Amino acid sequence: MSAVLPETGLGAEGVGPRPSAAGFMRQLFRERPSALAGGMLLLLFLLVALLSKWIEPYPINAQVGPVFGPPSASHWLGLDDSGYDMTSLLIEGTKVSLIVGFAATLVSMVIGGGVGIAAGYFGGGVDTALMRVTDYFLVIPDIPLMIVLAALFGSSLFNIVLVIGIILWTGTARVVRAQVKSVRQRVYVERAASLGAGHLRLIVRHILPQVAPLLIANTVLTVAVAIFDETALSFLGLGDPTKVTWGSIIEHAFDRSAISVGAWWTLVPAGLCVSVLTIGCYLLGQAIEDTLNPRLKVAHLSTRGFRLRPLVGTGRQTL
Amino acid sequence: MTLDRPPTGSRAAAADRPTGQPAGRTLLEARDLVVNYPMRRGVVGAMRREPQQYVRAVDGVSLTVAKGEMLALVGESGCGKTTTARAVLRMLEPAAGTLRFGGEDITHLPAKALRHLRRRMQLIYQDPYESLDPRFRVRATMEEPLAIHGVGDRAERRQRTRDALERAGLAPPDLYLDRYPHELSGGQRQRVAIAAGLVLEPELLVADEPASMLDVSVRAGVLALLTRLRQEADLGILMITHDFSTAAHFADRIAVMYLGRIVEEGPARTVVNAPAHPYTRALLSAVPPRNPRERRIPQILKGEPPDPTAIPSGCRFHPRCPLVQEQCPTIDPALRPVPSSGPDGGRHRAACVLV
Amino acid sequence: MSLLEVRDLHVWFDLGHDRELHAVQGVDLALDQGERVGLVGESGCGKTTTILAVMGLLPPNASVAGEVLLDGENVLRRGEETVVAHRWTDLAMVFQGAMNALNPVKTVGWQLREPMELHGVASGAKAAARARELLGLVGLPASAADRYPHEFSGGMRQRATIAMALACDPKVLLADEPTTALDVMVQAQILQLLVELTERLGLTLLLVTHDLPVVAQLCQRAAVMYAGAVAEVGPIDQLYHQPRHPYTRLLFAATPDIYGEDDVQWIRGAPPRLDRPIPGCPFQPRCDRAFEPCPTERPQLQVVGPAHHAACHLNDLDSEVQPSAGAGSRA
Repeated sequence: MSAVLPETGLGAEGVGPRPSAAGFMRQLFRERPSALAGGMLLLLFLLVALLSKWIEPYPINAQVGPVFGPPSASHWLGLDDSGYDMTSLLIEGTKVSLIVGFAATLVSMVIGGGVGIAAGYFGGGVDTALMRVTDYFLVIPDIPLMIVLAALFGSSLFNIVLVIGIILWTGTARVVRAQVKSVRQRVYVERAASLGAGHLRLIVRHILPQVAPLLIANTVLTVAVAIFDETALSFLGLGDPTKVTWGSIIEHAFDRSAISVGAWWTLVPAGLCVSVLTIGCYLLGQAIEDTLNPRLKVAHLSTRGFRLRPLVGTGRQTL
Repeated sequence: MTLDRPPTGSRAAAADRPTGQPAGRTLLEARDLVVNYPMRRGVVGAMRREPQQYVRAVDGVSLTVAKGEMLALVGESGCGKTTTARAVLRMLEPAAGTLRFGGEDITHLPAKALRHLRRRMQLIYQDPYESLDPRFRVRATMEEPLAIHGVGDRAERRQRTRDALERAGLAPPDLYLDRYPHELSGGQRQRVAIAAGLVLEPELLVADEPASMLDVSVRAGVLALLTRLRQEADLGILMITHDFSTAAHFADRIAVMYLGRIVEEGPARTVVNAPAHPYTRALLSAVPPRNPRERRIPQILKGEPPDPTAIPSGCRFHPRCPLVQEQCPTIDPALRPVPSSGPDGGRHRAACVLV
Repeated sequence: MSLLEVRDLHVWFDLGHDRELHAVQGVDLALDQGERVGLVGESGCGKTTTILAVMGLLPPNASVAGEVLLDGENVLRRGEETVVAHRWTDLAMVFQGAMNALNPVKTVGWQLREPMELHGVASGAKAAARARELLGLVGLPASAADRYPHEFSGGMRQRATIAMALACDPKVLLADEPTTALDVMVQAQILQLLVELTERLGLTLLLVTHDLPVVAQLCQRAAVMYAGAVAEVGPIDQLYHQPRHPYTRLLFAATPDIYGEDDVQWIRGAPPRLDRPIPGCPFQPRCDRAFEPCPTERPQLQVVGPAHHAACHLNDLDSEVQPSAGAGSRA
């Protein structure tokens, strides 16, 4: 006794979005140019990171010019306090920052995704217990926790990745849990369960495909936060001292009085990189989320005005 | 002469059996099923250790479905028909009563054994879009039950899938196998859902309002399919519906539910043409005829629609009954044969003191 | 002169990428004061869009052509500007599923007074009094004014939405599937209520539904819509006993009658897409009586009896070849 479904004929191409990855991407980029912009930026940074070995013009730990040399034709971004080429440092930093960002995001996805799925799928006591743990982690302020953990476990790259991952998983867990809970109640999941499908099949074949798009959007946004967190950690001197990251570049600049010397080129480009990457991630991530949320575009009853057309065609007899 | 021994003989045995079907044909038998839903206590209630209260959604329901027979369970919302369907499929565990399927007692079967049972009974849902995974092509939806139960190899699964689609009226199967649900009409989706139920060759189908969300012009097609299936494959079908007209046309037998109990049951035509229970009569009178020249005065029952949390004493229909007698608030009548329905009257029963 | 007249109404929805859905394709309707008229059809036929157009409640991607005449005046003449003066005060609507869309945090009384105050019909004590009056009119106790929607059953909430629609004393009530989600007993009560209201208040009712028996019992006339256009319109008795469009006949045949012994029919295929022009009759692919002109020539509504019109080429033929729905025709 509910609304009757509309009939569509066989051969009608689906009027809704096709549930396939390629179709989704096409729709995404067509409707949200910001997604394209964000995606391009991300791709640019990825390329730089991947090709770092080949595009670094100079070695990163050899003095190749005057200390605090300004930008010039041979050194586009100048030189730092030890005469190292800034361009090379920035490229190297891109590589390492991105590695940390993605790795930390992976850790966070795995933990957060796992917790979210378990909590959302099993519900009840499992859900309550997991959510209390999540709340616990959520409540603790990020930066102080990072400082404490980094101080406790030391500052190798591996540890940094773990620390950031431990901070970030809670956001993912909540988002995933909400989605899993909602999908879990759908009739086709219940039907598969009543057919005798086990937990694994239900999760992998029915629930995950619905959760995956949201997870991807969440991942993109998490990358931005992870990279920011790494930058913050390095800036506070807790990063891996043997590695060059955007954060360590900024930290060096501050430490070695680059500002009082006026050597902006040792500071600003790295900061800009963080900002631009974050913007790119947000553009893409938000666009994906919005596209996944069709409710925002539904036309409702409206008094804001339909349009009038002049009557064309044959006038007809009234009854 | 008093009978001080229980009656014996075939006539007595027939009276003992609720439907009079030959014994070998009974597929599903439910006796005095009771299903409870816990009422919400809240944290405070739980802490105060208040006794857990229950709503008796199903309060003593007995029914049988024979092979090749369609039983329609009819009632208004809240009467417990959907809960009964779920209990029969063992998606819920009954609090009391027994359930037998193919002669085997399945009332308290553990989860593992239930899995095997699920092959033999399938549920068709009301909403054909929601019941199909929108990301699965028809082929995947159809092959999933086979994969879950490890039936056959690839080739056999392909074959079974095609056969099931054809039986469901979707021919040629190739036209449908690679489609997504949103590319199909409501009627086609429901046929896919039915085909996916057939692929394991079940013995019992439980259909929960199978046509109510389809357009009128398509409904009869899906219902005729169910009729054909029960004839060709000797399938037993339990159909839940609120629509008396559908039940009258497609079902062999009808059972009318009110507030967790069956108040009348019998051959479809008999129940519709000669209803014995006042509730059935009132329900039938409220169904608008499609012929504008027929004017039916609906018998509007007084009082509020039934509330399963506040079940009246005695006959649970008595507060609203237009024929209420003195003894009705104190006597809870059991289903008894309707004498006026002729020699076959053993099959038409109603729970009313006036019968 | 009819109280409400719809003339050649067209509605298009802009689907983006240069695609357009022609949802309503030249609909004509006329309602006299006090009449109960049914607008019947299956999902997607355009019946809801038609009455939304009459109320001027279409979304921004809709364009409308045609006229909606209330007492001779075209309320759509300047779009929102002209409609707004009549919305709720002359034309009122009960939406599909309205009983589930009541404001859960406001009392029923408040929700009854709101339209009155917004449209300047009454305020303060006067509005409260009128609210109680309305509740009595729809068969609800006066105490309901101080209760919240969730305290009521589905049937009572539907009565409340009808009361809300009547708050500003409109001339015409447009009801979209008012009883679809209700149990048959409650449905009978609501239908009885609608009859009472039309007879007592002189209200005019346009009932939109897919449920033919409801229309058969409640309405004097009905229009059957298919693929955005009216296929047949006339007295309900004629539509059942002398249908002049195969769709009407088949639709009745597909509706089971509880005591009837006829086989219930069904119609193969599905309605056509409305985002492309349809050559010929839109029902032709599914019609059991289609012949030569049907695939290429679009049939127009023509007179087939007193106040009875149908859009079917079969009516051009001289002989009376169409059996009635009541005679148990086979598809």
